[in-house]
Amino acid sequence: MYDPTVARLTYRALLGRRRALVLGALPLLLIVIAVAVRALAGADDQTAANVLGGFALATMVPIIGVIAGTGAIGPEIDDGSVVYLLSKPVKRSTIIFTKLIVAIASTMAFSAVPTLIAGLILNGNGQQIAVAYTVAALVASIAYAALFLLLGTASRHAVVFGLVYALVWETLFGSLVPGARTLSVQQWALAVAHEVAGGDLVTSDVGLPAATVLLVLVTVAATWYAGQKLRALTIAGEE
Amino acid sequence: MTTLSIDHVSRWFGNVVAVNDITMTIGPGVTGLLGPNGAGKSTLINMMAGFLAPSTGSITLDGQPVWRNEQIYRHIGIVPEREAMYDFLTGREFVLASAELHGLGAKAAQKALATVEMEYAQDRKISTYSKGMRQRVKMAGALVHEPSLLLLDEPFNGMDPRQRMQLMDLLRRMGDEGRTVLFSSHILEEVEQLAWHIEVIVAGRHAASGDFRRIRRLMTDRPHRYLVRSSDDRALAAALIADPSTAGIEVDLTEGALHIQAVDFGRFTALLPKVARDLGIRLHTVSPSDESLESVFSYLVAA
Repeated sequence: MYDPTVARLTYRALLGRRRALVLGALPLLLIVIAVAVRALAGADDQTAANVLGGFALATMVPIIGVIAGTGAIGPEIDDGSVVYLLSKPVKRSTIIFTKLIVAIASTMAFSAVPTLIAGLILNGNGQQIAVAYTVAALVASIAYAALFLLLGTASRHAVVFGLVYALVWETLFGSLVPGARTLSVQQWALAVAHEVAGGDLVTSDVGLPAATVLLVLVTVAATWYAGQKLRALTIAGEE
Repeated sequence: MTTLSIDHVSRWFGNVVAVNDITMTIGPGVTGLLGPNGAGKSTLINMMAGFLAPSTGSITLDGQPVWRNEQIYRHIGIVPEREAMYDFLTGREFVLASAELHGLGAKAAQKALATVEMEYAQDRKISTYSKGMRQRVKMAGALVHEPSLLLLDEPFNGMDPRQRMQLMDLLRRMGDEGRTVLFSSHILEEVEQLAWHIEVIVAGRHAASGDFRRIRRLMTDRPHRYLVRSSDDRALAAALIADPSTAGIEVDLTEGALHIQAVDFGRFTALLPKVARDLGIRLHTVSPSDESLESVFSYLVAA
């Protein structure tokens, strides 16, 4: 299921190009914000929850997910170098699964780790807020990576669609239309975080059972469908 | 014995028919797929390589379908035309990755790099390679598992004459070993130098198939048109028309040139310089006026 060679190629493609700079910029911004807030406002649980919920989980995690998820396969399909993978006797499902693992690991490294650091800076993990949001970022990383990997396999405009989903759907619709929140990776991850933190500082519109089912369902379905897409991927000539 | 069978294969993209009902069998030895640019060669090769589904018809390798069958790549090596590779890798890393994806190791990779004579640059990044070097590293990646079928899309594009000769030697050797080698080209001379067997594709159709000598003769027997400028056009015209190798000559006063129609290509090309020398006429321009590949091919299709 997991091919170390495919993984190595994917890591190098993902972290070797300019993408690595973009991947690093947002976490850096989060930590700068955390330091500034702590210095200006002091340690406050509500403020910590606002920064981690409003910026880290709502904005940074999905954007990192878009970059890592689509970046794990999209550029290869765009420039056609994916033929060097596809012309090998390696199962398409193995290629997708391996790329998913790489995308998840990258998203987690660039989103969950800085979330934890920022949380510790903001209020020293008071009321388990730092850990709760870190867990939420870890959970969301899995679903985002799977969703955006599928998008990278299916569309040439994966980054645009991914950003529209991440910013417009998750952030804008989520706050305007109550129903949209039920179908939001962010809310599902928050349901898990709520279990960790307890109390009212971390809340979700979705219950834990529903959130767990939806998270698993979306991740599995997106991965399976990406595998199907790759099996039938057409590589047109340059004529 | 590896035989690739293309059976009534068509492929269209929307309203455009790229490949139109082609049936052919590619057996061991070197086969050249010849056709002008845009004839559908790449589309056909992509279908042979399992990268594209035929709209109708089927392609099989020794009875096994190539589409949606990744295990078939144990037997196929592919050298794509497009330039994009994993540019961030070194040549050695690229070939090693190819070997590993076939379940092979560093030894197979090193052997393939030696075969294409790229060991000297194997530790440089692919992004620094010339087109010919890229082509050879692609070749090493395709050879690493010693496939019985090798597909190459325009492999000589961008190569200098020496690299071209090296690659030709390599492909010839593979054909002699009994492998099935198919390469596409839009340059007749390339195909003629290398292929034992030629398949000609024009406008998506299978136009001719067979021994290159027969096809070459079809191409050289047709009337050739030349544009000639000289120090004395009329004297030259009079001397040329006396010979049976010339069917007609027009003196173009506005152009200041002769339009000559030759029917015996070999004889005419020997005659022209001889006549000019004997009469003391200087030749300023001798250019074939319909040598564009398209006209050669349309002549072939009509034959």
